[in-house]
Amino acid sequence: MDITLPILILALPIAMFLILGIGGVKMSRKVAGVLGILGMGTTATLAYIVAFTYFFSGNPDFIIDGVRLQYQVFDVTWLAFTQKLIVNIGFLLDPISAMMLVVITTISFLVHLYSWGYMEHEPGFQRYYAFLSLFSFSMLGLVVATNIFQMYIFWELVGVSSYLLIGFFYKLPSAVSASKKAFIVTRFADLGFLIGILILSYYTDTFNFINLTSNPEAVLTSTGGATFMGASVLTWAMVLIFTGGMGKSAMMPLHIWLPDAMEGPTPVSALIHAATMVVAGVYLVARMFPVYCVVDAAMTFICVVGAITAFYAAVVACAQIDIKRVLAFSTISQIAFMMVSLGVAYDRPIEGVHYAGLGYMAGMFHLFTHAMFKALLFLGAGALIHAVHSNNYTAMGGLRKYMPITHWTFLIGCLAIAGIWPFSGFFSKDEMLAAMFARHWFWGAWMTMVAGLTAFYMFRLYYLIFWWEENPHYKEHKPHDAPWQMSLPLIFLALVSCVAGFIPFGELVTWDGVPYHIHIELPVAATSLSVAVIAILLATKMYRVKNDLPTKVKNFWPTLWEAAHRRFYWDEIYQFVVHKIIFGIICRSIAWFDRHVIDATMDGMAKVTNVASNSIKGMQSGNVQAYVIWFFLGAVALAGITWLCLV
Amino acid sequence: MDYSQFGAMLPELIVLGIFLLVFLVDTFSGAAGKKILTPMTAVLTLLATVAIWIVPSCGEAVFGGMYVSDTATRAMKCILSVGFFLVVLQAHEWVESEVMAVRKGEFLELLLVTLFGMYLMISARHFLLFIIGLESASLPLAALVAFNKHKYESHEAAIKYILTAVFSSAILLMGLSFVYAFSGGSLYFNDIALSVTQGEMSGLLLVALAFVMAGLGFKLSLVPFHLWTADVYEGAPTSVTAYLSVLSKGAAAFAFFIIFVQCFGAVYSDAWEWMAYAVIIATITVGNLFAMRQKNMKRFMAFSSVSQAGYIVLGVMAGNGLGLTSMMFYIFVYVVSNLGAFAVISTIEDKTGKISMTDYNGLHVTNPWLSFAMTLAMFSLAGIPPFAGFFSKILIFTSVTSTGSMALYMLVLVALINTIISLYYYLLVVKAMWISADAPKVESFKSSRCMKVSLSLCVLGIVFFGLVSPIYDWLYNAVLTSFPNALAFVLQ
Repeated sequence: MDITLPILILALPIAMFLILGIGGVKMSRKVAGVLGILGMGTTATLAYIVAFTYFFSGNPDFIIDGVRLQYQVFDVTWLAFTQKLIVNIGFLLDPISAMMLVVITTISFLVHLYSWGYMEHEPGFQRYYAFLSLFSFSMLGLVVATNIFQMYIFWELVGVSSYLLIGFFYKLPSAVSASKKAFIVTRFADLGFLIGILILSYYTDTFNFINLTSNPEAVLTSTGGATFMGASVLTWAMVLIFTGGMGKSAMMPLHIWLPDAMEGPTPVSALIHAATMVVAGVYLVARMFPVYCVVDAAMTFICVVGAITAFYAAVVACAQIDIKRVLAFSTISQIAFMMVSLGVAYDRPIEGVHYAGLGYMAGMFHLFTHAMFKALLFLGAGALIHAVHSNNYTAMGGLRKYMPITHWTFLIGCLAIAGIWPFSGFFSKDEMLAAMFARHWFWGAWMTMVAGLTAFYMFRLYYLIFWWEENPHYKEHKPHDAPWQMSLPLIFLALVSCVAGFIPFGELVTWDGVPYHIHIELPVAATSLSVAVIAILLATKMYRVKNDLPTKVKNFWPTLWEAAHRRFYWDEIYQFVVHKIIFGIICRSIAWFDRHVIDATMDGMAKVTNVASNSIKGMQSGNVQAYVIWFFLGAVALAGITWLCLV
Repeated sequence: MDYSQFGAMLPELIVLGIFLLVFLVDTFSGAAGKKILTPMTAVLTLLATVAIWIVPSCGEAVFGGMYVSDTATRAMKCILSVGFFLVVLQAHEWVESEVMAVRKGEFLELLLVTLFGMYLMISARHFLLFIIGLESASLPLAALVAFNKHKYESHEAAIKYILTAVFSSAILLMGLSFVYAFSGGSLYFNDIALSVTQGEMSGLLLVALAFVMAGLGFKLSLVPFHLWTADVYEGAPTSVTAYLSVLSKGAAAFAFFIIFVQCFGAVYSDAWEWMAYAVIIATITVGNLFAMRQKNMKRFMAFSSVSQAGYIVLGVMAGNGLGLTSMMFYIFVYVVSNLGAFAVISTIEDKTGKISMTDYNGLHVTNPWLSFAMTLAMFSLAGIPPFAGFFSKILIFTSVTSTGSMALYMLVLVALINTIISLYYYLLVVKAMWISADAPKVESFKSSRCMKVSLSLCVLGIVFFGLVSPIYDWLYNAVLTSFPNALAFVLQ
């Protein structure tokens, strides 16, 4: 394949970042906006061409005998540490990277367009577009990475762009602290990631994904059975690498940054904190899937973390007032869903299961559909916030008459996430649940419960926004649908959410490239569908028109509601650990040591230097005869030194 | 006699030509001609630099091996003439002042003669020629130091300089006479090297080495032969001080390397390793300890340059091509950094007469650009990354440690500790300019155009030499061409 297109896909966004970042201040908003949108539109077109070529051209580079291959478009040496450890920069095409190219550029383009309307009156409009371009570049670089180190570099870059965009409203203290929180939490996770990378590459002598994943048994034997604290070092490496994914994908207990990240502009939340960056963790696990498969402990770890997070986030989402927070917890829960789906998958046939890689395929499928409908929901939330100037549903209610486009598209989003046929979420969720049931009934049952909770809180949100009771403020300030730049992406994403389920995803994206024909598992589908419908009916009963049922439920067990509303006190626990234990005990003692031992030593050395300087000042007497005597004595002393050394 | 041998002396001939031209213009032209004297000299030196750089060296050794003109010596001469160019530009305003009305020609002529002397010092491979070079580089400087004839300090400085210079020449010549005796009647470097390799180690050679080192130590102002430095630097006109602090030192350092490594390399560990060791430690440390307490900027720069000389001589300890290259690179970086600092000092002195460090308090309010340039120069001298001084220090340290000797590791450690001490006093200047809350004492003024050019070039050098310049590679190639087995350790 020609390398021009892949290079352009990466070069255009970074060029846009430089142009808008450096020249932005001199441009009008219109020019900057149009430039950004055009740049991203072109990138999206190119990405579509590349993905289309990959999937459908039949080129023997990409597909042989119906098996899709991994293909490195280019892979050049960038940093050579040793003979073996070499960091390359390249462009890898395989089913998941091609899919991610489509997802990222689509959502990014729509967000660029949407932001034109949404951010119209904000100061720093040009800077905003520059950051969006930087993010798109970093995310694209991440998914096409040919090796884990390149992925790590772009991983950090998306972290930086996320930081910049969360803190975009840098005059708001809450936005500033949210951006710092996001950066610090994910950095801590990335420390684990880096250590994991180093351990893995130390034993395998390679960073390259294809080398690592094509022969996982070799990876397993490369460690020579070394263990550390009871677990094999490979388990440690893979769990540590997963830690990085936990940070970016907001898995428990590193999820605390994502709800706060909603302080950023809403389109940013749609792009970064719903559709693309936060699924990087899932993508990472999918990338390293064959290696994870030979490390059972790590796979179990992924499953457990995912299952707990999914349930926790779904419960918390039921008790949030801020609509973006509800969506944030919903995102956490759905990503955890994908994690579990990957965790239950196998790379080898297991008895009684027709396709072991189903979980992988389903997880990637859900990643795709989720990106679309969650972006839709976030952009819809943005339209709502744009209209009523508040994030809380208490300021909304009865909006269906005022904002019909937003209403219908939001409803489609809710149906999709709840898993109602024929919307996209149904298909992907059904496959995931089928994979979980195939592995063990417990995972299936647990996640079906989470799916029910999802349907419940999403429709709770839907009814509270669009039904319930009309807010009296509408008389003074009548809400209306957003301008076309904002409505267009909503309509487009709603259409995608309607039809995406019918994409023959198994034919395109599987872990080993062998196509798999999707068929609906009837018992599973029936169960999940009925659970979802019951949950929706419950939500309808409770929230469709104003009544006191919700208050009754709340008062039935007020501490539980309070705990869920406060997100089960995770932030408080972190505050306690950081302020009382780390700052209070560890840091204070280190500071004492620093002040009284290290500083004192330095001061002492400075004092010695000063005294020495003082004691020799007599040498510089200004008397030229004395100078000459010194001179002569010096020459004699030189000979003397050598004499002494010789003897 | 083969007169084509003079072709090898192209650099010297060019300098001589410029000297004659300046002399003629100065003597026969009217006031108009005298006006263009400094710019003309500056431009001609710049052209000379280019000429020396691009004209291929013809003939390695000429005049029976007394004189060598190879790529390494040419590179060194280029560095010196760049420094010369910068100094002349900086001196322009002072030269044009009224005090200097009838004597500006003299100033330039004397300066050119010293440059000629330095070129000879670098190229000489025979001690007689070397002494001629050394003296013609030293004696006119005494006149230059005394150039402010209405100023008492200037005279005092000149007397101190000439007395010490004479004394050091005497010591050096005495040492050389011992060398002459040792080598059995030859002053050629090659013959001496041969006899040193074959001969027995003796007390005669020991004393000779000590005396030669002392004599060269005077030019380089190594401790304890440095005592004249502060008084002379303080009393001399600032442009002359700048000249003394970089050019004299650079030429002497190169000669130091050639003499000790080429002639006496064979008795390195027997005879002069510990001498040089002691001298370097003493120079760096004592220079620093004195620089800490100076209040006068010129005295401050004097001790700073003493300490810098210690770092320069470190290159000799490496004793190989790497050492020579990093030493030359260090000198070049030192030329731009030090002349950058001196440009600021001399322009402030010329405009306001202020020379004390406390006068620099709050300078950034009135003269932000000068403060900026001075800050960069201080950072570079202190060796703070990413400025050139950092890279030159790193290179010279790595060249020394690459020999793998434990003693040299310790030497580098001492040098490193001293870098920290030097940071203190270099930052004192920066602190005075930027942080001190006092009302600024120097009023706002505009520097002359020549000064601006010179200072800008220095700043460019400070910023770019280390980061993105091929200069180190050029120098390395030059050294490699001159000494094909440059990487082999000469010293045992």
